[in-house]
Amino acid sequence: MKPFADLLDRLSYTPSRNAKLRLMQEYFRTTPDPDRGWGLAALTDGLPFSFPLRRTLGEMVARRVDPVLFSLSRDYVGDTAEAIALTWPDPEQASAAPRLSEIVSELALVDRNALADLLGTWLDKLDATERWALLKLLTGALRVGVSARLAKTAAAAMAGFEVEQVEEVWHGLAPPYEPLFAWIEGRAPKPDITDAPVFRPMMLSHALEDPDWAALDLSQFAAEWKWDGIRVQIAAKGGETFLYSRTGDAIQRSFPDVVDNFRFDAVLDGELLVMQEGQVASFNDLQQRLNRKSVSRRQMEKFPAHIRLYDALMIEHEDLRPRPFVERRAALERWHARVRPPRTDLSSLIEVASKDELQRLWASTRETGIEGIMLKRRDGPYIGGRPKGEWYKWKRAPLMLDCVLMYAQRGSGKRSSYYSDYTFGAWRDVPGGSRELVPVGKAYFGFTDAELLEIDRWVRHNTVESFGPVRAVAPGLVLEVAFDAVQKSTRHKSGVAMRFPRVHRIRWDKPAAEADRLESLIAMIEG
Amino acid sequence: MQLPQKFESWLRRDAAGLCCAPGGFHIDPVRAVPRAIITHGHSDHARAGHGAVLATRETIAVMKARLGPDCASTFQETRYGEPIEMNGVTVRLAPAGHILGSAQVVMDHGGRRAVVSGDYKRRSDPTCAPFELVRCDLFVTEATFGLPVFRHGTDDHEIGRLLTSVRTFADRTHLIGVYGLGKAQRVIALLRAFGYERPIWLHGALKSMCDLYAEAGVELGPLAMVADAEGKLPGEIVLCPPSALKDRWTRRLTEPLTAFASGWMRVRARARQRGVELPLIISDHCDWPELVQTIAESEAEEVWVTHGREDALVHQIGLMGKRGRALALLGYEEEEGE
Repeated sequence: MKPFADLLDRLSYTPSRNAKLRLMQEYFRTTPDPDRGWGLAALTDGLPFSFPLRRTLGEMVARRVDPVLFSLSRDYVGDTAEAIALTWPDPEQASAAPRLSEIVSELALVDRNALADLLGTWLDKLDATERWALLKLLTGALRVGVSARLAKTAAAAMAGFEVEQVEEVWHGLAPPYEPLFAWIEGRAPKPDITDAPVFRPMMLSHALEDPDWAALDLSQFAAEWKWDGIRVQIAAKGGETFLYSRTGDAIQRSFPDVVDNFRFDAVLDGELLVMQEGQVASFNDLQQRLNRKSVSRRQMEKFPAHIRLYDALMIEHEDLRPRPFVERRAALERWHARVRPPRTDLSSLIEVASKDELQRLWASTRETGIEGIMLKRRDGPYIGGRPKGEWYKWKRAPLMLDCVLMYAQRGSGKRSSYYSDYTFGAWRDVPGGSRELVPVGKAYFGFTDAELLEIDRWVRHNTVESFGPVRAVAPGLVLEVAFDAVQKSTRHKSGVAMRFPRVHRIRWDKPAAEADRLESLIAMIEG
Repeated sequence: MQLPQKFESWLRRDAAGLCCAPGGFHIDPVRAVPRAIITHGHSDHARAGHGAVLATRETIAVMKARLGPDCASTFQETRYGEPIEMNGVTVRLAPAGHILGSAQVVMDHGGRRAVVSGDYKRRSDPTCAPFELVRCDLFVTEATFGLPVFRHGTDDHEIGRLLTSVRTFADRTHLIGVYGLGKAQRVIALLRAFGYERPIWLHGALKSMCDLYAEAGVELGPLAMVADAEGKLPGEIVLCPPSALKDRWTRRLTEPLTAFASGWMRVRARARQRGVELPLIISDHCDWPELVQTIAESEAEEVWVTHGREDALVHQIGLMGKRGRALALLGYEEEEGE
């Protein structure tokens, strides 16, 4: 338990992605099987059990710690599980603490009524950090700032692999992942997952830059709308359907309204959208359906999910990935016409005669649900990862607004001595003839290191109030903010929420009084 | 059975702090008084402006270095164990094990003995004399870590974690926040005891107290100033005051990995508030088991708690069958929180 507890402890305090990767790699490198595999499971899909322990733990601690002292401790610490871990009596002498794998295998078999006793004997043998880690593990939520993908990235990097290589085999394997580590360490071949409905690494696009556009021969590319949903891969086989996000997370449990109707054998690529009366709804509506463990009937009725398909990786037993895009597309069309899976349609191709025409279309389209245009090489195979020169995304030009810096917050990690996270506002009138700034968004990138240094200095010289890591500044610095869209929001004071805001330019030259008004932003709301 | 008033008749709290009325002196007063006994040099205990100050030689040296040579009208040095008569109260200082020169005040009066511990710890510390257990009738204790959640673990464990991290992140600077008096020197001495021989780099604010410790004969090994560094010190260990951990000053280091050496680091929210990446539980105060142990071993029938988390400790004292009382002295725990 010690190595895993130490890892969780360090991770919980480490903000930097690279540092987290290094800590996890160190753990995988120095911890033997099967413990490290269970560690990886805990960091990714979670362990296959969780226990409602609140009552049990309360009773257990009451038998060991004076109730008044425990209550004062819990109030001070602010977290019951941590207070239990800290106040639980330490072992009299160093005894053999259980290994993570022992804990997991005993938990898999334990009778609910015997759980308290088992847990007590473990806690008696563990130190404070281990007790804290065990309680986190049992209650299901680690919350150490590590995504499943990051943990897989760390494992992959041990062998110099890309994370996609691990993603590809991931859903065909089960904890404690011994074949995975054997492969990573070069002791065994790649695990065989041919027949499992597993995640296949997705083909990703590059942003279309001006030189790309200039050099592009449109006859070699197919054009499609870029839909403003989330990219998904549908992997269905034998009545079982997985819906994978771009990062390989299985999300089908949130979308029974689409997957429960699928009865086919294929691996398809498409966009998950919310469709209302035949129209693509805003991303805001889609967000109501994301990151939910369970979904209510009401949500499914109000925000019906739909998948717009644009590519096929496998149909029945045939792996289409080596075939050119146009052939895969034709196969997808034939298959869709034959199978007609409900709640799906095909993303139509845009037929244009010239680059000029396409550019006009790109510049003029501001329809809800469309983010821009995709360009895909007609003769290109389906390659996992982000191959060069194959697929381009041509996002429509961003919206812009001149905003006034209102608050600056210190960043984390490398940026912890810099005020690098900015909340900015737009003007609005208040009764009595004056006006005020109302916050409209927050951005923490879009500027160079040299600009960061300058803004940091400006913030320090123009602070009017400090709240911990946050400084309120005098209205004096105008930021030209770029964003992809703006939507109504009841969660924000301004009543609007920007999508993907970033600092486009710093307008040192522009007086704050001449920055934009909230009305201008509201006028940009679509639909 | 003693009457409750017994000790209050000659030891009591007033606006300046704890006062020994017949002896005519205060202990660690927070306001200027004619006569003060100072237990140790931390700024919440040793303040300027008193008339006569009685303390150990080291504490007086610290006071003069930090508060100026004229911070009191007169100074009287005393050695541990040397008895001094003060109007019928026999006073002597005993080592408290907190920092260099730190002392408990032992007072005998009318056949009864009171011990005011000041800040103290029980575990060994290479930079100061070890705590001396003095049996007494009244024990006056601090309660900085007076909750059962505070158990400090071993210094070896914490220094081991630090050195492991230095190896894992060999391309970054490890920046450790430490209090300038006591903790800085203790962390350096612990690293040396672990065989760490590289120069240890210091923020300018830590220099004078390290010099003072070195002059007092505490071995600290090679120290260097960050201001004199040629590069950005990747792979090195740098010490700074806690207030400098997030300061612009840190930009002269390589991707600093921030650590903080303090008993508070036992509680996760405390470490997170400070944005610490590597919390090191190294304290110059007793943890909970040591407080309880010391109260038991003192054999005192009555225990007063000066400052800290006194609710829990007074409750515990009651559980031990002793009379406990919270003095709720204000003005302590102000030197950057420990």
